[in-house]
Amino acid sequence: MEGELAHIGAGLAAIGSGAAAIGVGNVAGNFLSGALRNPSAAAGQTATLFIGIAFAEALGIFSFLVALLLMFAV
Amino acid sequence: MATEAHGEEGGLVFHPMDQFIIKPLFGDGPVGLFTITNATLWMALTVLAVMALMVLGTSKRTTIPGRMQSVGELAYGFIYKMVEDVAGKDAVGFFPYIMTLFMFIVFANFLGLLPMSFTTTSHFAVTVLLALMVFFTVTIVGFVKNGSAFLGLFWVKSAPLALRPILAVIEIISYFVRPVSHSIRLAGNLMAGHAVIKVFAGFAAIAAVSPISVVAITAMYGLEVLVAFIQAYVFTILTCVYLKDALHPSH
Repeated sequence: MEGELAHIGAGLAAIGSGAAAIGVGNVAGNFLSGALRNPSAAAGQTATLFIGIAFAEALGIFSFLVALLLMFAV
Repeated sequence: MATEAHGEEGGLVFHPMDQFIIKPLFGDGPVGLFTITNATLWMALTVLAVMALMVLGTSKRTTIPGRMQSVGELAYGFIYKMVEDVAGKDAVGFFPYIMTLFMFIVFANFLGLLPMSFTTTSHFAVTVLLALMVFFTVTIVGFVKNGSAFLGLFWVKSAPLALRPILAVIEIISYFVRPVSHSIRLAGNLMAGHAVIKVFAGFAAIAAVSPISVVAITAMYGLEVLVAFIQAYVFTILTCVYLKDALHPSH
């Protein structure tokens, strides 16, 4: 029984990756809308874009980690 | 992972996680600390590929670069500019380390995309080691360069005094969580992408959906080529960001 509950929990933790997808989309979309307003400044900011995406993604990774722990460690 | 019996309940011909099983290269014995496994083989191939590009490819040192030398120079210039821009001019001393990290990860990712190959960077054992090396380097460099002033990284001077203890707790947690997210980002992205390709490959056995499945595999493969590069890039750029924190803790 507990094994099944852990699997349900792992599935629920996958919602977190959807939330991370919203965050990453937000970062990329806002970057694009800013970049189209001032294209000449955009090239210098790609590093900032990737850092922002990486930080937004980190929290989705934690939900992935929770899912992994529930699947293989509990 | 994926060691339990499968086939009866799954319905897939192969398990999507089977590609990540570490097997000994010679014989069927148990995997010990010094057993030569498929992971060892592909890591060695990664190092050989990096050396082939960077040492053999640039050994002629022609003024007009050939194909290999152009790629080598492109990679060198790309990482050098990244270190200079993100981590600052005084971080250039760490360029060889960051260049090695980038070349190893990018080659491991791309070699893992070859059919029947083994993706070493999809294993947490590999990426956690890489991330911990970065973590300890950054911490030691921070304390050596700044002494106790490095702890100012956790004491945010620009915040109101009442908020600072709370922020300090959050900053300390986020500092120690860095190697976790740093390593799992790389391994998780690689593992998930390769597993998705295998899941679609499993559907190819059903005649009705096999055309869709082949198209999906092709599309995912294209995405994986992109991910392989971007994840190596993100790993390196985060290393540069952490290094900047260590060299200039007061922001």
